[in-house]
Amino acid sequence: MKKQLNVSAIKQGTVIDHIPSTALFKVISILKLDHCKDMVTFGNNLDSNVMDGKAIIKVENRFFKDKEINKIALVAPHAKLNTIKDYEVVGKYVVEIPDEIQDIARCFNPKCITNHENIDTYFEVISKSPVALKCRYCEKITHQDQMEIK
Amino acid sequence: MNAKNLISITDFSKEEYLRIMDLAADFEANPDQRLLDGKVVATLFFEPSTRTRLSFETAINRLGGEIIGFTDSSSSSVTKGETLHDTIKMVSNYADLIVMRHPLEGSARYASEVSDVPVINAGDGANQHPTQTLLDLYSIVKTQDRLDDINLFMVGDLKYGRTVHSLLMAMSHFNNPIFNFIAPPELAMPNEYKLYLQSKGMRYFEHTEFTDIISEADIIYMTRVQKERFPDPVDYEKVKNVYILRNKMLKHTKDNMRILHPLPRVNEIHTDVDSNPKAYYFDQARNGVYTRMAIIAHLLNLK
Repeated sequence: MKKQLNVSAIKQGTVIDHIPSTALFKVISILKLDHCKDMVTFGNNLDSNVMDGKAIIKVENRFFKDKEINKIALVAPHAKLNTIKDYEVVGKYVVEIPDEIQDIARCFNPKCITNHENIDTYFEVISKSPVALKCRYCEKITHQDQMEIK
Repeated sequence: MNAKNLISITDFSKEEYLRIMDLAADFEANPDQRLLDGKVVATLFFEPSTRTRLSFETAINRLGGEIIGFTDSSSSSVTKGETLHDTIKMVSNYADLIVMRHPLEGSARYASEVSDVPVINAGDGANQHPTQTLLDLYSIVKTQDRLDDINLFMVGDLKYGRTVHSLLMAMSHFNNPIFNFIAPPELAMPNEYKLYLQSKGMRYFEHTEFTDIISEADIIYMTRVQKERFPDPVDYEKVKNVYILRNKMLKHTKDNMRILHPLPRVNEIHTDVDSNPKAYYFDQARNGVYTRMAIIAHLLNLK
């Protein structure tokens, strides 16, 4: 079968691959790509050998720092980044859940102050697989199945 | 923003616990030390808690400080829709210290980030109430003359009771404690605390019956079994009279044993215990004043 690119190639920038289809718009929001001036193309519900439908995002002229890209690990734990220069892949990176997470997830505790005032959430990651986050404020632990992205 | 705060019992080291114990003993021996002369302390009670507020206000008065604040949020600007952020920002311009009680969990930590002056958490929902734990520790050291090698029995609601969780964390800083948990299965000590003790190599035993095993206790820490904690009222009816301490049960307990309770009690300690010299819960409440004087003096570097 002829291999075909579903989303057109970029000259230079970053390709974020292996995003779960359900997480595409969350990743766009976390990386603030909806406010980005550079060219962004994305595809969703693409065939994948390893996951049940994937999404891919290509951002022209943009290179992410590890800390910046790791923010998406909560919603796209298997995402892979390819850095492109002159249409060639010059770097690869697999996202990693950071030790601290700022203002991405909600605290599951309805009585936590972060669910009542307009403030950033902060979590200490006490387990990466499965994910468990300890809230800096109410000290309760939000488990993966309770997690909601802000 | 670099003020020293007391928000969670884990904010203090063992050395700081011991310093608070020493300061509390000093204030008990010499209560009239006007160290807060000319200073203003704000007591912000976003929900009523008469016992805790009176204890703090007595401590502040004994130290010679002035008090501003409110006793419940209906008498504050919160009813006008002011955020906690703005209330704390404003008050930290007026006061040298903020004592805060709030129904939302994590509110005290947040207030300490917003405030320019130290914040003491006087209870944030079901989360933390560290000054209660420090007064519990002071009551233990005062009655046992040590904090090491304590055989501590905790009785009642060990699942939701924040006081027992914080006391467990605090006692784990000391050598060789033995924990005995007595609770119905519905209100048993949560796993995370048992795992914590295991990780520190500390001994604990779990019981569902309140029997003569208490003869080994140095401290019996009683808590209320609250009806609203049970999803099924039938379950509550089954256990409501099982975890009641009566005077006749104290016959074979050790001479040094003392009974603590964070108060208020309902029926879990029978009134026939009150006249027993081993009943210590009212003295424990008095210790709260000295302990809070000590905490204030420590946080404001007054001693």
